[in-house]
Amino acid sequence: MTDGTWGGADRTVADGGLLSGPEPDVARAAGYPDAPQRVGFFTDTSVCIGCKACEVACKEWNAIPEDGLELTGMSYDNTQGLGGSTWRHVAFIEQRKPLGGQEPGTGQDTVDVFAAARDLGVTPSAPGPGATSPGPGCGEAPAGAPSGEISPVAPDGRSELRWLMSSDVCKHCTHAACLDVCPTGSLFRTEFGTVVVQEDICNGCGYCVPACPYGVIDQRPDDGRAWKCTLCYDRLGVGMEPACAKACPTRSIQFGPLDELRERAAARVAQLHAAGVTDARLYGEDPQDGVGGDGAFFLLLDQPEVYGLPPDPVVTTRDLPAMWRHAATAAASLAALAVVSFARRSR
Amino acid sequence: MAECHPVGFQWVMEAKARGAKVIHVDPRFTRTSALADVHVPLRAGSDIVFLGGIINHVLQTDGYFRDYVVSYTNGPVVLREDFRDTEDLDGVFSGLDPESRSYDNGSWQYQGTEMQAASGERDQEYPKRTGGSSVTEAARGESHGSGGADLGEGEAERDETLSHPRCVFQVLKRHYARYTPEVVEEACGVPRDLFRQVCDLVTQNSGRERTTAFAYAVGWTQHTVGVQYIRAASVLQTLLGNIGRPGGGILALRGHASIQGSTDIPTLFNLLPGYIPMPHAHQRQDLDAFVRAEATRKGYWGNMRSYLVSLLKAYWGDAAVAENDFCFDYLPRLTGSHSTYETVMAQLEGTCKGYFLVGENPAVGSADAKMQRLGMAALDWLVVRDFSLIESATWWKDGPEIETGEMRTEDIGTEVFFLPAAAHTEKEGSFTNTQRLLQWHHQAVEPPGEARSDLWFTYHLGRLVREKLARSTDPMDRPLLDLTWEYPTRGEHAEPDAGAVLAEINGHDADGVPLSSYQQLEDDGSTACGCWIYCGVHADGVNQAARRTPGQEQDWVAAEWGWAWPANRRILYNRASADPQGRPWSERKALVWWDEDEGSWRGHDVPDFEADRSPGHRPPPGAKGPEGLSGIDPFIMQADGKAWLYVPSGLTDGPLPTHYEPQDSPFPNLLYGQQRNPVRHLLPPHPDNRYQPSGEEPGSEVFPYVATTYRITEHHTAGGMSRWQPYLAELQPEFFCEVSPGLAAERGLEHTGWATVVSARGVIEARVLVTDRMAPLTVQGRTLHQVGMPYHWGPNGCTTGDAANELVHMSLDPNTHIQETKAFAVDIRPGRRPRGPAALELVRAYRARAGIDERTGTEL
Repeated sequence: MTDGTWGGADRTVADGGLLSGPEPDVARAAGYPDAPQRVGFFTDTSVCIGCKACEVACKEWNAIPEDGLELTGMSYDNTQGLGGSTWRHVAFIEQRKPLGGQEPGTGQDTVDVFAAARDLGVTPSAPGPGATSPGPGCGEAPAGAPSGEISPVAPDGRSELRWLMSSDVCKHCTHAACLDVCPTGSLFRTEFGTVVVQEDICNGCGYCVPACPYGVIDQRPDDGRAWKCTLCYDRLGVGMEPACAKACPTRSIQFGPLDELRERAAARVAQLHAAGVTDARLYGEDPQDGVGGDGAFFLLLDQPEVYGLPPDPVVTTRDLPAMWRHAATAAASLAALAVVSFARRSR
Repeated sequence: MAECHPVGFQWVMEAKARGAKVIHVDPRFTRTSALADVHVPLRAGSDIVFLGGIINHVLQTDGYFRDYVVSYTNGPVVLREDFRDTEDLDGVFSGLDPESRSYDNGSWQYQGTEMQAASGERDQEYPKRTGGSSVTEAARGESHGSGGADLGEGEAERDETLSHPRCVFQVLKRHYARYTPEVVEEACGVPRDLFRQVCDLVTQNSGRERTTAFAYAVGWTQHTVGVQYIRAASVLQTLLGNIGRPGGGILALRGHASIQGSTDIPTLFNLLPGYIPMPHAHQRQDLDAFVRAEATRKGYWGNMRSYLVSLLKAYWGDAAVAENDFCFDYLPRLTGSHSTYETVMAQLEGTCKGYFLVGENPAVGSADAKMQRLGMAALDWLVVRDFSLIESATWWKDGPEIETGEMRTEDIGTEVFFLPAAAHTEKEGSFTNTQRLLQWHHQAVEPPGEARSDLWFTYHLGRLVREKLARSTDPMDRPLLDLTWEYPTRGEHAEPDAGAVLAEINGHDADGVPLSSYQQLEDDGSTACGCWIYCGVHADGVNQAARRTPGQEQDWVAAEWGWAWPANRRILYNRASADPQGRPWSERKALVWWDEDEGSWRGHDVPDFEADRSPGHRPPPGAKGPEGLSGIDPFIMQADGKAWLYVPSGLTDGPLPTHYEPQDSPFPNLLYGQQRNPVRHLLPPHPDNRYQPSGEEPGSEVFPYVATTYRITEHHTAGGMSRWQPYLAELQPEFFCEVSPGLAAERGLEHTGWATVVSARGVIEARVLVTDRMAPLTVQGRTLHQVGMPYHWGPNGCTTGDAANELVHMSLDPNTHIQETKAFAVDIRPGRRPRGPAALELVRAYRARAGIDERTGTEL
């Protein structure tokens, strides 16, 4: 509580930052004058194969305990959701919709793959393994290429099927309510702009749990403390990428500077739209949204609700200043009333 | 592939990102289907009809690559007059001996010569080629080896117009004429429009400018006609000119990290390292007779003697000299098939008394799991090396037979030893992947407790056995005592140096200098090489498999990542990527080409051809070995240098892929009177290995559903590496079966409830997943529901469940002796299975209802 005041703009007293709205430099606002670029995840669910390597790599690296052997019947999702002992969760959604949503780079039908292959490692901009952005040399179609998009054939009497897979994670919000409400300072903003819990300081009060608009952070039943994704803070500190991104075989989980990821994501959506995948949309990338944009955002192929994500999340502490103002007004009114009444009584 | 090979699937995703279309053919909608452009659900066990249908489409529409077919395949070769196709004999080929249930392949040969196979059953040709006789039981599979089938003296008659009625091309055309889209729809349950779409995609994407690749896994191999499934893909890819070219080929996705390595340097009974066939027990068979019988006259298998003598030198060092045939007589001899399943029968008969299980869990992982346990219960001793106490180590105290009362622990005489094994991170060594790429892995940590590497176990076991035999004068012990068994060791546990083993595999000359190519191997004992195809992996004394130049720092072939056998070639038979004149078929698909100025082959990849053999070269008559190959013989391991559309030698069950129904099938064979593969490998009758009635036979309606087993991403094969891992167990915590909503309604199955699945072998229970991903199919006019079951589970570990393999029979592919786990017939009903003796009673009741006895399903 340094320079903050509860009135006026929605400034927190904790980090000098905003409680809501756009915040271009979240780490500097938190008091890191020489902060590195803000980093995060772009999870492109259109290339997720549901292998769950991210879940396992996360648990391995962070030594998270196994948390239940329950067959849920929710397709191949037996993890169910994020929690104190699940920091990556792959959702599986079976839909009676035509196959063909998962189109990695269909806009590149016209790429000469051999030219692209020869350029690999030669041109810096050439797509490397797992590249999802169009490579150079988008020219004329190679001779004899099968023309046009493949339209799914609907066999008689059978519905077409789409199986969506998506790896969910803590959003590392620009305005993180969990952090705002933490009374011990256990939750803090790192120099990378991420949000981390220090388990040795956490007192298990649990305020952060209902504060999260995504239902991400949770207490472990056996020790009461709150746990969530640290975006592998320990790995970032030594220049390594988070374990989940490292393990992802198809680069569905991409790690990097947030600005760069947002550019990549916008290009990817445009590419999918051009390929006719009109369902493709970004989720959590918009700095204007209710949490000021997420540090971990997604490319989805359906409404967020389908994946179990809130359609319009709002930082739960957004209205705190107003609430405090109202409370202060109320308190002042009460005090005035009391003064008036005592004044009358004394008479 | 996304399901079982997620890491390899990244390259499919990259190909997709570059415009590739992905077609997924699978009874189930899997993670692969989710990312594919087209998913084709089909009836399990009907793939030869499906592939045969595409072959027919290619032939009928002239969609084949004519120049490639004429120059590089045996399509123009004229067959003997006495050959009879399945067209003539209602589903069998000429040469069938019903008594011995085997084929004599004499009539399958080319007109005017005799061929030896480059692989497969090479001993078939032994009597003809040596005048000797075999003591091998009947003519079962072990008589063909693995090198190219050989061609005899004389030249095959060819018709390059492809119009001779007896030329391979015309025979092929007649053979597949009945594999029409209508038949595909009826037999596979694939609608005609969907089938047509697949045909168009495959043919439009093949030719000079484009290539198509096929990837398969055990969904193709684990059938009583499994080898012929792969052959069908080979015929198709050969017709389309998709072999030896970038982006083409047929890729076997193999189950474990080094399953490819385990056949290159085999754990198989019928092969020596580098696919040299294991000798059969023939009278007075010396090295010369063996090579004469098994080698090819032309092509690189013509040098088999050099490969074999160098191997014998690596095994027995100074003891191997010309005077004693380089210790050729030290090699064991085959007396028939000694596959896993025969070994089980031998255990029950008491002839197999001891058993090593190294990273294998047959008590749940092999077909007819009960038979596996019964076999182990008849052993004197059993050694299990694994990470955890897998079911194969504990069946004697808590296996299913203890519960049913069929076994009592106190009655079992088997002495069971459990030895904890080190994981791959706890030892060094190489993995050979499906692309034949050797990649070295380094040790990260010491193995915990008493866990040791397989290399440590094998080396020290050999050392101790040799010490115990050191004073023996029994000639039987000489092969052990003469072995070269000196390896440097390090550390407190005396771990042998894996690098030294790799150096031995690579080989060296008489001065001990490392060899760099198999072309340096000699047949006079002056070179030693543990596996001829791996020669060069330690060239210049450097571990080439440990190379890790990143992809961004080299060209697209990436020749400096690891080392691929042979000779670091990334694409086999790549001479076929150029036309007969040596020019690339197209610039897009250029890989290697003839450089007239240099007088040699050059290219992006290492040319798989004699470097200075010009396209115009024609060998003199009588030239042998590699010298016998002409400049237009790209398939250098084959006896005629050509890709085989038709197999004159090397296969036990026919020269052309032909559809037969699985051993247990609810459907009759729509194509021929012959229901099943006539020479499928049936094991001797046993009460716990009963077969079911099929097709229109009475009783077949008792098992109306087709079942298939498979793997899922979260678990690994029989579970030894995954069910004990809490992080994996929680991802798929219970054994389940997958059924369609239609089947659930038909049988009253509830989502996440229990189902009981029954076959003539056993009964199991599974949680039910009702899902649209299991599509009902219309097959032969009726709705077919299929039951999918992952086979990872067993009673031990963090996640437990019944083993799907309790249901599967032991009827095998006659070439490979692989079980038919991918297509069989079951019944399914709601609720949990009975316990104890009642479970046996249920299976007995099913057998009685279906009228099953020891003859059922054993008809020719």
